[in-house]
Parts: sequence; C-alpha cells; structure tokens
Amino acid sequence: MSEAWIPSAEELAGFRKAQRLAYDCAEAITAEMKPGMTERFVAARMKEYLLDHGADDCFHEPFAWFGDRTAFRGLIAFKQLGGFNPAFYPGLRRLEENMPFILDCAPTIQGCTADIGYCGVIGRNAILDRLMDDLIEYRQLILEQVRARRPLAEISRAVDALCARHGYDPRHKAYPFETLAHRIEKLKDDGKKSHLKIANFGVRNIGELLRDKIRGAREGWNPIWNSSDASNHVPTPGLWAVEPHLGFREVGAKWEELLVVTDTDAFWLDDDVPHVRRWAQRGLWKQAA
Amino acid sequence: MTPSQIVQSGGIELAVYEWGKPGKKKPTIVLVHGYPDAASVWKATAEILSQRYYVVAYDVRGAGRSSTPDHTAAYDLDHLVADLAAVVDNVSPDKPVHLVCHDWGSIQCWEAVTTERMEGRIASYTSISGPSIDHASYWIMNRLRSGSPEKIAQVGRQLAHSWYIGMFQLPVLAPALWKGGLDKLWPTLLEKVEGIAEAEPNPTQTRDGANGVNLYRANFVKRLLNPQERRTELPVQLIVPRGDKFMVQEIWDDLPQWVPNLWRREVDAGHWLQVSHPELVAAHAAEFVDFVERGVESAALKRARVREERRGKAHSGKLVVITGAGSGFGRETSLLFAEAGADIIAVDINLEAAERTAELSRLLGAQAWARKTDVGSIEDMQSLADWVEKELGAPDIVVNNAGIGVAGSFFDTSDADWERVLRVNLWGVIHGSRLFGKQMIAAGKQGHIVNVASMGGFTPSRFMSAYNTSKAAVMMLSDCIRAELADRKIEVSTICPGLSITNITQSTRFVGASPEEEARRQQSATKLYQKRNLKPQTIARAILDAVEHKRAEVPVGVEAHGSRLLSRFFPALSRRLARLDVAP
Repeated sequence: MSEAWIPSAEELAGFRKAQRLAYDCAEAITAEMKPGMTERFVAARMKEYLLDHGADDCFHEPFAWFGDRTAFRGLIAFKQLGGFNPAFYPGLRRLEENMPFILDCAPTIQGCTADIGYCGVIGRNAILDRLMDDLIEYRQLILEQVRARRPLAEISRAVDALCARHGYDPRHKAYPFETLAHRIEKLKDDGKKSHLKIANFGVRNIGELLRDKIRGAREGWNPIWNSSDASNHVPTPGLWAVEPHLGFREVGAKWEELLVVTDTDAFWLDDDVPHVRRWAQRGLWKQAA
Repeated sequence: MTPSQIVQSGGIELAVYEWGKPGKKKPTIVLVHGYPDAASVWKATAEILSQRYYVVAYDVRGAGRSSTPDHTAAYDLDHLVADLAAVVDNVSPDKPVHLVCHDWGSIQCWEAVTTERMEGRIASYTSISGPSIDHASYWIMNRLRSGSPEKIAQVGRQLAHSWYIGMFQLPVLAPALWKGGLDKLWPTLLEKVEGIAEAEPNPTQTRDGANGVNLYRANFVKRLLNPQERRTELPVQLIVPRGDKFMVQEIWDDLPQWVPNLWRREVDAGHWLQVSHPELVAAHAAEFVDFVERGVESAALKRARVREERRGKAHSGKLVVITGAGSGFGRETSLLFAEAGADIIAVDINLEAAERTAELSRLLGAQAWARKTDVGSIEDMQSLADWVEKELGAPDIVVNNAGIGVAGSFFDTSDADWERVLRVNLWGVIHGSRLFGKQMIAAGKQGHIVNVASMGGFTPSRFMSAYNTSKAAVMMLSDCIRAELADRKIEVSTICPGLSITNITQSTRFVGASPEEEARRQQSATKLYQKRNLKPQTIARAILDAVEHKRAEVPVGVEAHGSRLLSRFFPALSRRLARLDVAP
C-alpha cells in the first residue's frame, strides 16, 4: 500500500479528545436515563450533548437500542437489506428496569472522528454482566493478532471462533457488510459549526469511506474489516473503529474503540475508557506489559 | 415402645420417646406423627437418624400413651403448638430443633413455624403430607375465584381425596367405627390399600383413631372459613410422595408465596412413606438438617430449591443429561432445556467447553453441572452415571448426542478409524442408553432417551461407510430399546439431522487424504454446510419437540426428510445416488 496515512501524535490527541467526548456523552446520558424513556428520546439527548460540547460533524447520528434490540432480535435482524435496515434507527421502544441498552455515537470535532459503543442497564442483568466481562477477551485477541500482523479476515474469523467458544452470536454481522471494524479518516478542519448529513450519516465521513473503498480496490485492501476474502490482507496503517458486538438470547453487548495501526505496531487509542475501567474494578484487567 | 419421660403441657401428660443421647454438637430432631398414628410410626426412621442425631418423638394429645383431653376444643391448634413447645423446651432447652412432621403432625407444625409462640426454637422444618389449613383455605379460594376450569377441577380432586374430613365432622360415626372394628381392620387396610406392613400392630390404634377425630373437629371448619395469612422465613423442606392418596400435588403450588426459603422433593411412595421408605425419609431429613447446620447445600438440595421464576415451564424440575454438550447440537439443546425450566448436566470430553455450556445454562436460570467424560469409555460412562445417581438421582431425559465424523473410501478406512467412530457414535449411545435407562427403571421414572443419529443413517454413500454405518446402528438400537422400554413408559427418540453446521465438519477425519488435503476437505465441507445454513438451534428445537410430543423418529432439514422418503419408497434410486462421487 502506498503512502499510508499514519496519524501524528498531535492528530492522535485530536482523536482522543473526540473519543473522550463520545464516551463522556454516553456516561452523562446514562446518568439521566430512566425507565419509560424511548430510544429516540435518549438518542436525541445524546445528539444535544455532543453539539453542546463542540461536535461539528459525525460519522453517524447517535444510536440507542433497548432490550432485545441490543442483540438485534426482531425486525432489526432482517438481513435481506444487506444491513441497511431502517430498524437500526432509534425507535419507540421504552426502557424498563433491568433491561439492557446500547448507546452508540460517532462525533467529529475539528476533523477528528470517534465512534464508540457503550452498554449498560438500569438495575441488574446477569447476562449483560457476563457478556461485558467476556468482551475483554475480544479486545486482547484483536490487539494481539493485529500486532502479529495477521490478515484482517483471519482475525475476524478468530473473533467468530471465540464467539462460538463462548456460545455467543457475533451480532456485528448484522451491521452493513458484516462489519467488525471500519476505517476512520482525518477530515479537514474547515471551522464550520455543522456539516451535511444524509439519512443520519455524516456525508464527509462516508465520502472518505467510499474513497477508501475505491483506493482499496485498486491496492488490494478493504476499508471494511470482516471475515470475507476482501479483508484477507495485513492490517492497514491508520485508524480503525473496531466494534465486536456479542449477543446471547435477548441480550447484546459491545464496545467500540479506535485502534491505531502503524507500519509495525498497533495500540488502542485510549485505555481510559468506561469498559476498561469496569474490568479494572472487577479485577479482570491486567495492564499489558 | 416405652416412653423415656412424661412432659406436662396444660394439664395433659405427653409421652416422649428418645433415640440416642443429646450432645453439644449433635443436632436435635423432633418427629411429630399424624393421624391415626402414634409416635411409634416413626420407629424405623428414628432408629436410622439416631446414628448421627439426638432424635425425639412424642404421642400427640389423645394418641398413644399421652393423656386424653376431655373436650374437643382442647384439640385446638394453639394447644397442639403449646404441647410441641413444652417437649422442645424439655429436650433441647438451649438450641433450636429440627422438625420432621407427617400428616396431622405437619399441619400442627405449620402452625408452630408460622406463629410467634415458638420463635427461635425451630431451626428447620421438613414437612410431609400435611399443609397448613390456612394455606389450604387460600389455595381453595384462589382457585375457585380464578374461574379457570382447570384450577376449579384441582379443588374438586383435592376434596375427593379429603372425603374422610367431611365424614369426621359427623357426630358419633367415626369414633364408633374405630371402636367397632376398624382398629382391628386397620393393618389389613394399610397393607391392601397402601401396600405397607407395619412391623407390629399399633397397640393404641383404637384410641389413636377415635380421639384423633377431634383434631379435625376442633380446627378444620374454623380455619377453612376464617384463614389467616401465615408466613415463615425458616428453611422448609417439603417431601411430596407422588402416590399420596389423600393429597393432590397441586396443593403445594402456592406455597412459595408464604415460604420464601423452600425446598421441594418428590418421592415415589405413598402417604405413609416413613413406614414404607424409612431410609429415604431419614436420608432426606438428614441432608436438610446438615445443610441448615453447616450451610453446605448438596447438589440434590440445590435442585430441590423452589425457584419461583422457574416454575410452570415446559420442563420445570426435570434433570437432563446431554453428551457432547460443549458445542453444536449439545450446547444448543442444553440451553433450550435450561430456558424451558430443566436442570442440566453438560457432558463433554472437553471439560472447558462443558463448563462453558453449564455456565450459560446457569445464566438462563438452570442449575447446571459440567462433567468430563469420554462417552466411548465404559469406565468414564459408569463413573458419570454413578455420580449422577448419587448426587442428583436418575435423570428424566438423556440426550446421547456426542458424535465424531469420518469420511473417505471404505478401503482407506483403517481398523483404528472404524474403532474410533463406532466407539463414540455407537458405543457412546449404547452406554448412555443402558446406564441411564437402568436408573430410570430403578427409580420408576417415565423418562425419555434421545439418541442423535443422522440422515446418514438412511442415506447410503460411497464415501461415508463408517460414519453412516454407525448412525444406522444407532437408529436400529433405538428402535429395539424403544420396544423394550414401552412397558415402562420410557420413551426413546431418534433424531436424524441433515447437513447442519457444527464442529463435526471441522474435525471430521478424511481417510486416504494427506494432512493438507484433509484440512482442505474439512474447510470445503464446512463451507458447504455453512451454505446449507441448518442451524444447531433447529436440531435442538427438534429434540425438545421430540420429547414433548413423544416422537419416535425425527428427520431435521429438508434433505433429511427427502432422503428418508427416498430410502423408503425409492430404495433403488437411493442406492444409485450413493454411487455419485460428491465428496467435498
């Protein structure tokens, strides 16, 4: 691959700021959430929060899924549209006590885009706890294998195999193109306060993804990282928004984070994220040497 | 039996019997008898329990060698509880005791554990065949008010079982019967109706029968018409004899509403199980006492604990053994049974995978255990069966699912390949069916054995001689044992899945192929199966369906149905197709 973009330390700081904002947003809105609220209401609150805190564009508008929609059961599982399923958009499902939820938002600040996934429950849900505990293994597996420069399709299949071992459904396969991860590119900081969105997706970010697709087709790589043969290439340098999404019965859980891939190495953009803090609290997290 | 002491209670003399000596670390068990019995009904049970506990029984007022009150009101439950308290204060002044009560003894003790009089004096309560009259009254009212014909029928059936209670309300009749010959007839009646013989006829049978009628007269009508809400936080173990002629099992259904800490064990016995099965009663009582004293809950008790949210499901309370439970059909079947209320024993040669299945089953609310077992090894299977029988009792459902694949030319299939595939696919099913079938027969369980074969069992193929032979054998084996077990009402189902995605394609041995070629074929077989997309969940659902509807043979998937029809109606075509070289 020619002239790969490897983000500078300064650029990484920009992306880290965007990712922090996204996770702060999820945590702040979670603190407000109460039984009876709808997905649409919560998603709108997230959007408001992001705009209030400096977001000027997005990869996509915030998503919120409640109850069995976290595991993409029901209409949302309809795959015949290739993942482009309107049921993904926040709906009128109301939150109940002990019902799992997922918040997913992707703000852009000054050209730097983050894409995060956050899950939780108002009350208690044993299945969600178990899923969230097990998600640590996916974060470790993906990083280890990217560092070992394994082909991305192979890593994606290793994720599938880990799901099978755990007894979970890999629900990220319900996303468009069965996406385990997708590229994030740096946009120009044009100083504008807002940018065009179509069907809840940021036009500039999707444009970058399409450009990557064309360029990737020429150079033999795929900006969508999944188990297909198109992803059968070594990790491409740059930023990847990685989002393993597990489902067990009526409960789904995920995290989503930016993975920084350089020519020789890889690392997660930020270890100070809510799910890592949760693993640390539960004694599951051991800082990699 | 001679009383060891007489305890005074409100002007009544109670005859108390003891087995063993009190000791600092020895729990005290107090046994309370029912009607028309005396303390002697506990003799055999008490003797067994006294090996480890200090055991006390007494004759209830009016029965055995205790004195008789002179009026019916003196049989009021308040007095009966006071009697129990007097005995307990006397035999165990410092430590709370464990109650084990039967029939009317149990009715009295419900009063004792749900009222304040004996607070702090009782550590646990094992109740056999005697509900609280107050609970029974609510039970009846709730069902009559529900308007559900099924629930009203339950009340009708219970009333039909309680005919004698109505009769006891009539003046003169019942005591006169006891005095006029029923007492002499009683041992014969017990033997004829209940199939039990008392070691020696009860010498006080006449007064036990005649006086005891007052228990009913003093309490039944009063309590039934004006029940109180009676609750207890104490640990309560319910022993429910399935063959009880005086009680319908549904009478206990509402109990969790009053008793949050409840364990329920059903046993194959009649009403007087302490006479017919003293070892069983002693074992259950001891297990519960030990649990309450030491806090260690045995596997059987864990299973017996009543979990409100698990009740009323299709397979509530059933115990299911599943082999090959670490992945594929086995794991999905475990999870579906767990969701349907059953408890799971997940068996696999890969312990880690079995543990994972057990853990997922627990997340779905089941009690679950994982066991590492090579189903082809008789030693392994015997030790699995022994463990299950000892810890949990005979299973209700056994799914012999573990299987391995082998493919390739007959002439490349070595003796070792044949042995390997027959050992797991056929011998595993033989062992599982025989060992657990025996347990079901011994326990009188009307259980279900599910053997997972394959469409290969009726689909000849030039490159699947070993695998398909093993599966055809499983089908015939199932047909034979189904016939033999029909008398015992134990069902046998054969499941014949089509091309379903599991690990089996990735681990199938392709004989006559180099390791690289084998890996390639495994990959391509897996891809073919993925394209077919017949999910393990579908097979698991077929297994539950087979159990629920007692189906004998269940092909799963259109290819399995098609091939079965072909083999039945167009066998020549089936044989012709077998020649096609469609190996992946």
